[in-house]
Amino acid sequence: MEATTSKKLSNRSRFNLGSIASMLVAVVVGAFIVWRVGLVITTKHYPMSLWGLQLANGLVLGGVYALLALGYTLVYGILFMINFAHGDVMMIGAYAGFFSLQWLKSQGLVETQPVFSLLFVLFVGMIVAMIVGIVLERLAYRPLRHAPRLVPLISAIGASIFLEQAALRIFGPKLRVYTKPPLIQGGWDIGSTGIFVTRTGVLIMVMSLLMMIGLYVMIQYTKVGKAMRAVAEDQQTAALMGVDVDQVIVFTFALGSFLGGAAGVMLGFHNGQVDFMVGFIPGLKAFTAAVLGGIGNVPGAMFGGVFLGLAESLGPTALGIPSQYKDVIAFSLLVLVLIFRPTGLLGEILSEKKA
Amino acid sequence: MLQVNDIHTYYGHIHALKGITFYVSQGEIVTLIGANGAGKSTTLNTISGILKPRTGSVLLEGAPIHTKPAHKVTGLGVCQAPEGRKIFARLTVRENLEMGAYTRKDKAAIQEDMERVLELFPRLGERLHQPGGTLSGGEQQMLAIGRALMSRPRLLLLDEPSMGLAPLLVEQIFRIIQDINKQGTTILLVEQNAQMALAIAHRGYVLETGMIALEGTAKELREDPQVRAAYLGAT
Repeated sequence: MEATTSKKLSNRSRFNLGSIASMLVAVVVGAFIVWRVGLVITTKHYPMSLWGLQLANGLVLGGVYALLALGYTLVYGILFMINFAHGDVMMIGAYAGFFSLQWLKSQGLVETQPVFSLLFVLFVGMIVAMIVGIVLERLAYRPLRHAPRLVPLISAIGASIFLEQAALRIFGPKLRVYTKPPLIQGGWDIGSTGIFVTRTGVLIMVMSLLMMIGLYVMIQYTKVGKAMRAVAEDQQTAALMGVDVDQVIVFTFALGSFLGGAAGVMLGFHNGQVDFMVGFIPGLKAFTAAVLGGIGNVPGAMFGGVFLGLAESLGPTALGIPSQYKDVIAFSLLVLVLIFRPTGLLGEILSEKKA
Repeated sequence: MLQVNDIHTYYGHIHALKGITFYVSQGEIVTLIGANGAGKSTTLNTISGILKPRTGSVLLEGAPIHTKPAHKVTGLGVCQAPEGRKIFARLTVRENLEMGAYTRKDKAAIQEDMERVLELFPRLGERLHQPGGTLSGGEQQMLAIGRALMSRPRLLLLDEPSMGLAPLLVEQIFRIIQDINKQGTTILLVEQNAQMALAIAHRGYVLETGMIALEGTAKELREDPQVRAAYLGAT
């Protein structure tokens, strides 16, 4: 009895110290935001079109981050492992898309079959990324399934460096220019608002939305989706029900990498170029997005991705700082979420499961 | 139906089962009773394929199943309702039941079995769309048994279905276990509540420190002075 009381007391005192520190952080961050935003509103009168442009840009970026974040969250949900090589899987997908685009162009198909060639590029990117994901699981993660949790994490970082360096050796250090097929060149003005949306942007938003809806329906209503959720909760019991756990894990990697490949091709079209490091920063960003939404939580990853995309594009303008600071904003968000809401903005999944 | 031959199962260096041999015939309820750590759950998990015996064999109708992974064993008609229920807390009751039928492809028959399970446990029907984690302990046990039944097992393995439940609920669950058996499912029941287990079982085995200490019909075990003293609390 006495022991439990004293334990409670010590817990409370530690909580106090922690809460004072985090309150301090909250006050500083809050004051900074209020100061900067106030300054922007009172001194700089940005036209609405600028905000609209940033909004559209943020949604496009958010779609890509969300697709990529899903790969992190799906794998984490099942294996409690952060697949740090996921961004590089995306990079391989982007290269595959690039080469298939080159091939289509050499065949003259881009002009004659524009819709087909666009889907083909996307498809090749996704399939190649999927294969890389499956191979990665088999070689780098499955042998370490029962090792302590830090071990597969290190393996993932190794896999990430391996993929980057392999791409450097094979494809060379030069930037490859992703020429957009005519179908997604240009864009539209929205009315007379002065907001311009690119066709690529619309394509990315629509495709990522469709894929997210598809994924959600699959996880919620199909047999394999239910098996994924069951394995995420309790592998042993799922096996008792007749679920082949290894197969479900491979499927999860395949699915995440498939979406990652799509993100890679889309990012290639969006940025217009690809090189061997193209997966690194987006990978970290998508990881941030997954944590923002609550890692392991599928709707959370979608939300986190879009949220991060918007924060990155609107943030620098709203705070009146150069847009080069967008990475600072993204990773500051990560730190803040980890301090104030480690389970993510949506969802208590982590604490529930690991309790 | 099930023949377990001299199995030795280890957890690392710990020798948990030291040569367990027993059998279960078609249509029987057989119970394994014993104290904590006697090896009851280990035995069930070895049959289920979660644990592999280092030596010995498990035969289901003459065919070895100890070499097969757990998900294959379920497909062969051996399903376990594990200790602590282990229902999927974030899946709905219906999804939990559907997971039980994971290895089956006969949709119409699955629907029939779903209705049968809901008949057996009407309370689950009221909670069909609730997440499994929101059920009470008794309801979770019903769900765990119902989920195992959904695989239409030939042999149902039950691990401590009475654990943590109120006496009235335990009686209810044991009555249902008896009903399931009368409908033709063979049952291997692991229990600490020897009184209840021996009341419904046909035969039983007493496990002590990884070995079978006693075996006999339920009636013989109920009347055995050692069992009475150690497990039935008789003076």
